[in-house]
Amino acid sequence: MARSVSNRRKTINTALAWAVGLIIFFPILWTILTSFKTEGDAIAYPPKFLFFDWTLENYSIVQERSNYMRYLWNSIIIAGGSTILGVLIAVPAAWSMAFVPSKRTKDILMWMLSTKMLPAVGVLYPIYLVFIKLGLLDTRIGLVIVLMLINLPIIVWMLYTYFKEIPSEILEAARMDGATLKSEILYVLTPMAVPGIASTILLNVILAWNEAFWTLNLTAAKAGTLTAFIASYSSPEGLFYAKLSAASTMAIAPILIMGWFSQKQLVRGLTFGAVK
Amino acid sequence: MATKSSRAAARLMIAPAVIVLLGWMLVPLIMTLWFSFRNYLPLRGGDLGFAGFDNFVRFVTSSSFWPAIGATLLIVVGALAITVILGVLLAILLDQPMWGQGIVRILVIAPFFVMPTVSSLVWKNMFLDSVNGLFAQVFKMFGATPVEWIIDKPFVSLILIVSWQWLPFATLILLTAIQSLDSEQLEAAEMDGAPAIKRFMYITIPHLSRAITVVILIETIFMLSVFAEIKMTTAGAFGTKTLTYLIYQRVLESQNVGLGSAGGVYAIILANIVAIFLMRIVGKNLDS
Repeated sequence: MARSVSNRRKTINTALAWAVGLIIFFPILWTILTSFKTEGDAIAYPPKFLFFDWTLENYSIVQERSNYMRYLWNSIIIAGGSTILGVLIAVPAAWSMAFVPSKRTKDILMWMLSTKMLPAVGVLYPIYLVFIKLGLLDTRIGLVIVLMLINLPIIVWMLYTYFKEIPSEILEAARMDGATLKSEILYVLTPMAVPGIASTILLNVILAWNEAFWTLNLTAAKAGTLTAFIASYSSPEGLFYAKLSAASTMAIAPILIMGWFSQKQLVRGLTFGAVK
Repeated sequence: MATKSSRAAARLMIAPAVIVLLGWMLVPLIMTLWFSFRNYLPLRGGDLGFAGFDNFVRFVTSSSFWPAIGATLLIVVGALAITVILGVLLAILLDQPMWGQGIVRILVIAPFFVMPTVSSLVWKNMFLDSVNGLFAQVFKMFGATPVEWIIDKPFVSLILIVSWQWLPFATLILLTAIQSLDSEQLEAAEMDGAPAIKRFMYITIPHLSRAITVVILIETIFMLSVFAEIKMTTAGAFGTKTLTYLIYQRVLESQNVGLGSAGGVYAIILANIVAIFLMRIVGKNLDS
């Protein structure tokens, strides 16, 4: 039986939770609000919360000055490309480990997880050197490969846990009916696996979009993503809070919206099934 | 039952993932190990020969080493303490019946999706700046002297930024764990007259212990390599040079690759010690 809760207690819970939620969310809200202010209003004292002259000029200035569209396009190509490439490599691997497990399956999974623990800074110079030698420095393809590799363990693990949930009796029944491996994958497994694959893609796009270490160290003007775009705002020139806010809002808005849809997958993807 | 041919097919399907990850792990690792034993200065003569264990000794005896270890520990432990404690409290709060639970959850989780460069710059300029930052303005309203947060309280600033980014993660995981807590057990304890604090200490906390361990381990791995937050705020100044940042400076800024690589080897060993504990928990879960 559910615990009966008095209305008074529910009201207190609600008030407290909303207050805490708004405090945590406030920096984002403040950034979004500031992006619609003039530079003067942005640093006005006392601070102006809602009653200021709303303007869109910061967005057009940011776009003009730092070519937002090019960075956005790089972010889309790099986050999308690395995720798709990773999923293409991970789906067969996760499929075979989930449905044709062998004695070594667990070892392979654990080993893959261990590659994720490698601190990036420990291998920074080798990667940097390889990138120079292969002409990959500041290219989209180079970053696609690196981000695919750092996220591949997470992709394999997530897909593996999703595939594990598909009852193997269904596959056995299909095999009994004489389904070939190809038709088994295409007509039995794929439809059941689509939601899991979609969630995996969602979380990994978010992770790749927000990646900072490799993005900052391996790209410059040409292949820079929105992470690098914002980094170019680190040196303040005169009045710039409103423009920084507009640039920040443009960089986080797409992923914030995607992120809210992927709350559940976040737990699965980032704890490797250790918390359910 | 898996047949012989399906086993062969399975092996073939795992191969690409294993090969690329093996390459990604081994090639840079071997190169880092190699460089760590070389006197390698790309801008000052290149590879000047074998250095023995010189780099390893010089890295730990340099005057920046212990401060870097201290800075790393301070940030990791500070942010861990805040995110875990607040995370437990928030998870319990969000688990209570209330109006608009879904929206509150969205508000709480949002910071996790903000890229590190954005959160660093927004906090640094719009909140922590000593002239126009919101904190300074609030201080002024109450007649207090604004603080130069980034310069005078660099660790408070960094721990604040890192905690803000990771609190959603801790909360979400602990909330998932708390929702699997058997409410009948709590009710029984309540009926037996156990006060709230005892119910929390003897039922909720033990139930959450594994989730808390997982949060601590995963956050430790990520926080040991905090980078953008430091680069964007202090750039390693004011004593905030962590182990990660120190290695980054040795390798890319001063281009002393041998020395930096030796540091890298230390960082890899450190991360692996933490990873072993995490892997044990994950491995146990895989068996059940």
